[in-house]
Amino acid sequence: MFNRLPETQQAVTKRPIALTINGLDVQCREGDSVAAALIAAGFNECRDTAVKEVPRGPFCMMGVCYDCLVMIDGQPNQQACMTRVRAGMKIERQLGAREVQP
Amino acid sequence: MIEITQCDLLIVGAGPAGLAAATTAAQLGIETLLLDEQQAPGGQIYRSITETPVQNRAILGEDYWHGASLVEPFKQSGAHYQPGATVWAIANHTAPDAAEGFEVGYSVAGQARMLRAKHILLATGAQERPFPIPGWTLPGVMTAGAAQILLKSSGMVAGQRTVLAGCGPLLYLVAWQYLNAGIAVEAILDTTPSGRLTKALPHAWGFLRSPYLAKGLKLLREVKSRVRIIKGVTALEALGEGKLEKVRYTAGGKTETLAIDQLLLHQGVIPNINLAQAAGVEQRWNKLLLCWEPIVDAWGNTNVERLGIAGDGGGIAGALAAENSGRIAAYDVAMQLGVIALGQRDAQSAPARAQLERAIRGREFFDTLYQAPDQFRMPTGDTVVCRCEEITASQVRETVKLGCPGPNQMKSFLRCGMGPCQGRFCSVTVTEMIAQERGVSPEEVGHYRLRFPTKPLTLGELAALPQTDDSRKAVIRMKKPV
Repeated sequence: MFNRLPETQQAVTKRPIALTINGLDVQCREGDSVAAALIAAGFNECRDTAVKEVPRGPFCMMGVCYDCLVMIDGQPNQQACMTRVRAGMKIERQLGAREVQP
Repeated sequence: MIEITQCDLLIVGAGPAGLAAATTAAQLGIETLLLDEQQAPGGQIYRSITETPVQNRAILGEDYWHGASLVEPFKQSGAHYQPGATVWAIANHTAPDAAEGFEVGYSVAGQARMLRAKHILLATGAQERPFPIPGWTLPGVMTAGAAQILLKSSGMVAGQRTVLAGCGPLLYLVAWQYLNAGIAVEAILDTTPSGRLTKALPHAWGFLRSPYLAKGLKLLREVKSRVRIIKGVTALEALGEGKLEKVRYTAGGKTETLAIDQLLLHQGVIPNINLAQAAGVEQRWNKLLLCWEPIVDAWGNTNVERLGIAGDGGGIAGALAAENSGRIAAYDVAMQLGVIALGQRDAQSAPARAQLERAIRGREFFDTLYQAPDQFRMPTGDTVVCRCEEITASQVRETVKLGCPGPNQMKSFLRCGMGPCQGRFCSVTVTEMIAQERGVSPEEVGHYRLRFPTKPLTLGELAALPQTDDSRKAVIRMKKPV
């Protein structure tokens, strides 16, 4: 479990960015990455792998490991650690490999 | 047709090396563009330096805040800066006019772009060394560097039931920064083998003159007095069903289990070499740091003409060394572009050269002391080696026994290293495991052949690239003349 330091928590309370994670309403801080928002909301896992469909979560937080892939606003395979939160964003768990979209 | 941007010097990466190089080059009047993957400058070591919510300077420490001294001059220098830009290809053969130099493909917010650069300096920095232990893929296990990024960029800290495990200065730095923020981790499981200090002692003279010595000892003392440290850990396992629940470790022949929520792993960093390697830069195996590193001369030049490397991406030496190697490389680029003469290059880069020498003092001591132990680099059994394709250690070892001689052949057998991370988290592991199985050196085994695009991009992204008239004619069937 990760927690925000008090001054950071204040920023969330003062100017919250509202988004949804798997349908749940979540408030986070402007400037957070999607991965940080996930972890702050208690989601250590964010996807099921493409091969064995087992849960994974953010691992490197710097765009290298590709373990934090999520669906963002319907777009699959987005790197949560490399994407910043936006108000109204819809974040969903990436289930296995992405499907080819028309 | 959309215009293709052009610059004299393209720098990739806005960590200490990239920022210092861009500043120096732009100050010398070179048209410089800095592309960086992150949304704000600083690289990983100075991550979020311009915007961190952790404003109490005592938490991250003065070494972190030194990063701010690189950003201000950079902003004033006149260098162009594009954050959020991922470079995925570098080619020097396709530009219609060879004098225009390299053609570079990169993406910003999911849109591909092209530009031309006469000279390129890669400052791609370092990444965490893989730490393949059982359960390292479980949610709840992450790198110590990742936890530090959460602290720097979002002001987040792991809770009480957290264990740091591995070896190297970053492990203790994270524990110290957590203490400053009022958090004591449950334990540090230190994997440094007991005989290491004796092995490192011959290098102690450099260490004693190191600028890090006094600060390092103070930090160690503070962490040791306030955190439970378990030394000589010889085995490590993350356990849990679908998520981390416990860590099991062996120290002094005794095996113990701790119930925890977070396991933060670290056993050193390795150069981020994918771009360099795909561009054709020769690599060598560093026997002390146990990783591939590009072969770079004293001015940052490589075997690829007009393509240089500065900072940890050219060999691990730390942030202060990176900053100065960036400056040195920039002076050399200026000479190659005809902006300054050889004598000016030598004279103007002398202060940076002296700083660099000072910064790397004592590295052999650290590097020997904290060399990651064999059992945590070359796993066995069901431990996952390739996180993306979910290939286990025994699969890799069995494939070697079938006669597979190297990492590239391993790809055809197992798809090992062929997932989205493109071998970044298994390359050194696979090379060393094959070498161990075959009883030969890592050099003889070789490394993954890396190709562009060095980061995944979608077909749609690629197809949306601006097209030249020539490229259009190449694919569109022309109407037959009547």
